Amino acid sequence: MESPTALVSLIIGLPLLGFLINGLLGLSFRGYRNKKNLIGTIANLAVFVPFLITVYFFVNFNAGSGAIHAKLFTWIDTGGLTVDFAYQLDQLSLIMGLVVTGVGSLIHFYAIGYIYDDEGFWKFFAYMNLFIFAMLNLVLADNLLLLFLGWEGVGLCSYLLIGYWYTDMMKSDAAKKAFLYNRVGDFAFLVAIFIIFQAVGSLNFDVILANLDAFTGDAVFWVAFLMFIGATGKSAQIPLFVWLPDAMAGPTPVSALIHAATMVTSGIYLITRMSSMYVMSPEVMMIIAVIGALTAIVAATIAITQYDIKAVLAYSTVSQLGFMFLALGAGAYTAALFHVITHAFFKACLFLGSGSVIHAMHHVEHKLHDKGKDVHFDPQDIRYMGGLRKYMPSTYKTFLIATIAIAGIPPLAGFFSKDEILMHTMNMGFEGYAGAMYFILWGVATITAFLTAFYMFRLTLTTFHGRFKLPEKVKGAEDSEQYLHESPATMTIPLWALAGLSVVGGFIGIPNFISKTFGGEGAINWLGAWMSPIAADIPLTLSIPAEWGLMVLATLVAVAGIYYSFRMYGNDNQAESDAKLAERFGGLYQVWKEKYSLDELYEGAVVHPTVRFSDRVLAVFDMKIIDGTVNAIAGIVRLTGSLLRYIQTGVTSNYALFLILGVILVLSLLLF
Amino acid sequence: MEYLLNITIYLPLLGVVAFLFIRGDEAVKWVSLAVTTITFFLSLPLLFNFDVANSAIPQYVTEGTPIFLGMDIKYLVGLDGLSMLLFMLTTLFGPIVILASWSSIKKSLIGYYSMLLILQTASLGVFASLDLVVFYVFFELGLIPMYFLIGIWGGSDKIRATIKFFIYTLVGSLLMLIALIYLGYNAGAATGVYDFTSDWRFISGPDYTIGLVEQTWLFLAFALAFCIKVPLFPFHTWLPYAHTEAPTAGSVVLAAIMLKLGTYGLVRVCLPVFPNAFMEFAPLMAVLAVIGIIYGALVAMVQKDVKKLVAYSSVSHLGFVVLGIFAFNTMAVQGAIIQMINHGLSTGALFLIVGMIYDRRHTRMISDFGGIAKKMPVFAVMFMIATLASIGLPGLNGFIGEFLILNGAFISELYANHAYAVISAIGVILAAAYMLWMYQRVMFGPITKKENESLIDLNGREIALLVPLVIFMVWIGIRPVDFTKYSEEWVNSFITMSEEKSVAVIENTDPGEIPNWTARLYGIESGEQNNLLAQQD
Repeated sequence: MESPTALVSLIIGLPLLGFLINGLLGLSFRGYRNKKNLIGTIANLAVFVPFLITVYFFVNFNAGSGAIHAKLFTWIDTGGLTVDFAYQLDQLSLIMGLVVTGVGSLIHFYAIGYIYDDEGFWKFFAYMNLFIFAMLNLVLADNLLLLFLGWEGVGLCSYLLIGYWYTDMMKSDAAKKAFLYNRVGDFAFLVAIFIIFQAVGSLNFDVILANLDAFTGDAVFWVAFLMFIGATGKSAQIPLFVWLPDAMAGPTPVSALIHAATMVTSGIYLITRMSSMYVMSPEVMMIIAVIGALTAIVAATIAITQYDIKAVLAYSTVSQLGFMFLALGAGAYTAALFHVITHAFFKACLFLGSGSVIHAMHHVEHKLHDKGKDVHFDPQDIRYMGGLRKYMPSTYKTFLIATIAIAGIPPLAGFFSKDEILMHTMNMGFEGYAGAMYFILWGVATITAFLTAFYMFRLTLTTFHGRFKLPEKVKGAEDSEQYLHESPATMTIPLWALAGLSVVGGFIGIPNFISKTFGGEGAINWLGAWMSPIAADIPLTLSIPAEWGLMVLATLVAVAGIYYSFRMYGNDNQAESDAKLAERFGGLYQVWKEKYSLDELYEGAVVHPTVRFSDRVLAVFDMKIIDGTVNAIAGIVRLTGSLLRYIQTGVTSNYALFLILGVILVLSLLLF
Repeated sequence: MEYLLNITIYLPLLGVVAFLFIRGDEAVKWVSLAVTTITFFLSLPLLFNFDVANSAIPQYVTEGTPIFLGMDIKYLVGLDGLSMLLFMLTTLFGPIVILASWSSIKKSLIGYYSMLLILQTASLGVFASLDLVVFYVFFELGLIPMYFLIGIWGGSDKIRATIKFFIYTLVGSLLMLIALIYLGYNAGAATGVYDFTSDWRFISGPDYTIGLVEQTWLFLAFALAFCIKVPLFPFHTWLPYAHTEAPTAGSVVLAAIMLKLGTYGLVRVCLPVFPNAFMEFAPLMAVLAVIGIIYGALVAMVQKDVKKLVAYSSVSHLGFVVLGIFAFNTMAVQGAIIQMINHGLSTGALFLIVGMIYDRRHTRMISDFGGIAKKMPVFAVMFMIATLASIGLPGLNGFIGEFLILNGAFISELYANHAYAVISAIGVILAAAYMLWMYQRVMFGPITKKENESLIDLNGREIALLVPLVIFMVWIGIRPVDFTKYSEEWVNSFITMSEEKSVAVIENTDPGEIPNWTARLYGIESGEQNNLLAQQD
């Protein structure tokens, strides 16, 4: 471990190399584009080898000797600002690095099968590798500016991959929307960086965190607040979350990797990295907690009403990210990271499972077309599905495991991480600043946990249980169930791997009170101990019985959600039950279904007025007022007329000669 | 080495002389390409041998003797930290604009290529000249070929564009000339030897200071002249016309090189020569810059013509440069200098790209396109990289300049207000909006016009002229130190010196002898007030 620079540069460099090889060769040589096995192998190795190296660093990490630093080269050095392409591997970045490369490897492997028949195979994997490169810069950077490079870099890859099927204008709209909403957040992030540089004179994390007392006045508030606004863009929180559901226009492995497991958790990573600054601003922590809880419940209520399998998962992701922000706002940074990890497992599993389903539905559509039937249906609409468990057992089982995990049933992964968040929120209620607010937030989060179990089982039951409804709903699709089949092993192996992780992933963060109850040392929470040097967690002060009580309550809430879901959707009656819900909640249900009309609000209040103002006022002002003034002057200066005549005679080479002679004359005068 | 500098400057003219003997169209093109390419390679040793540690001192200096009796006007060229990279940018673009014109210019080739070559010499001369009169001569020399390029080889509305270009530049040039003559006599008196001097080394040096009243008027005249060239809002309306109507090569030279003359002049002349006025008017200039950034972006957003859109984006981008210059600290001014290069690379590339699509379709209307990416994948990649560079994506060049400028403006003591940087940063969001929207409408979606079905991807020549630009976009993006090092020492020492000069000017000003408005402007208590205060004590 003497000179880690070479290994670190491999972690960072291999994905970039993969991007360059597949990208450049694919662009230059048509023949290369068809060497799909080669392209897939290169792309997969470009992620898997960095994963192995990260594992090596992780296993050999010595908490006592602190972070491993590796400087590759100087980036910016001017005017007192020095920023390097330098990386640090510490407890936090190693965990994130493992998630990015580990889950990334599984999804890359899966994508070979998923995207195999697409003509842009080479481009897809080039972009995916570029994403991994940017994401690793984000999580391994030792300074804010390099993090920002990764931050905008993942945004770019997200843009490219959402708009991967760019001939569809809807999809390229979604891509652009994602980029622009992120840019709004990035603007705030950038201002936060300026304030930090002014206060500390460096953008290096170590230096910033060692000089937090350099922030005077309300600088801490502004930095913390603006960074959080940046995080609401990337991590899809209120008010900037509306891009994420649209981002599902991208291929499903992209949704799993970028829009569920990794990129969208960048905001949580950033705030955890800066946690010792955040605890200095209880006001911002409360804002974060409120926004997180609100986002969680708003997205969950929308998820109940959606028919598109990926839309449900997208809103579920927004909602779960809300949970993570609630944790950040409750000073439970480790719990937030914990949920990042478990969520990466079960949500990637769910997305890849949905991809497997969509793949199958597409296959049905193709087969029907092959049989000469002109059938068109949305292969992502759950109303055409049902009964898929018979035809896709692996997909069903893994999807079900992940659903149980996200619902929060012990001892699966989601249970421990979500419980930790709820517990810390309650804990904050007893901790000074705006305590009562945190009790309310705990209530909101608990309701959301109920809703999560409810809508996830609605999705699972409607998709996999009951009858296959395509034949009865779409004319010409009779007997189409014969074309349903399980996805190939390249797709089911990653599903099983992620399902396995969704089962055991929670064991890295078993709460200490469980061991204490039985007279143990209370040191069974591996993640908590591991993260303690980095995360400025506000400690739990609840009594052991209270913690048990909360845990049991959380379990009951999840069970209740599942119970109600089974009661409503267990009998193959999605349409009737949705109608029943709509009836019971009336206008409220419509609000959920309309997604709180936020898109319309932003379009109507910001986008259209700006464009209209620019078009009808500014552009006219430019032409009529400013340019008009100049034209008026031009009218006076009649000189121009005579000049025109010169041009129109047009033997320019003569002028050129005159010019030269003139220059030579003047210059020789000056020289001699 | 000083010979090499002179050869580099004048070699393009040799090409024009060669056209007296060589008349074939193909031969003209090849001669032009050869001459500019050799110029580029000859300029490389200048870069490699440049003494970075002493970049505040002009290097490779050629100094003539004064011609007129008592007038210190002389041939004086050399390169320092401020001009080195801009000089290289100009030599780099030489062969690129020749190649860009290769198949699109079909009428009077000798005239056309003569104009491009003269323009090349003029641009190189502007950046190299260290005598302000020589600077002025080269400056004017460059305008004439540009005027012909637009007027003869331009688009359908070329006459109007030419008139507008002419009027604007005429106003700017005359202002500068008058101010220059006044400055020359003022500085001449300070030498004690000459009646008149235009030696920049003396005028910008520590030994020459100008009274506050003269500083104010001279600064305003120079600044106005330069701001028209930039162009800074509200002096920008010549730009969309000129850009839209100019042939591709004209637009590229205009964007990459000539727009820099304004911002270059602000740093070369206004910053070191009129430090008090410079600092006093900085907030005003910053306000115009910020308006330009936002205004240019918003107007760009609603343009229907791709070329006009890129032209308005220049107004926005150059607003950043002006913001950086007047922030008056090393970080921001360094950002402004590198941003001049960046803007040259990315906007130059964008104009080349627009030209390539225009050559194929003979339209620049966004609505005439759509779905092009499918037909022209290599073009799509190049266009995307230039777009991303233009919107300041980290890892590409634009980000470096914008970040340094904004961060520098944010901490600027002269602005003493975060609003300038914060509002300008909104321009970064808007840039993404108008560029990506334009890119989407041109490149993505289904092909709706049947003319676009038969588009052919870039040929070798077109790729060859874009690739160097892309390389530099990436290089500056990840290794900006390789570029900022050239001007670091220059900026540091001139900012320090200007500050010292400004303090000295204030100290040497007798409050009783300046008009009230001047005293108020520079925050000096007038003589009467001093007396009053003394009495109160």
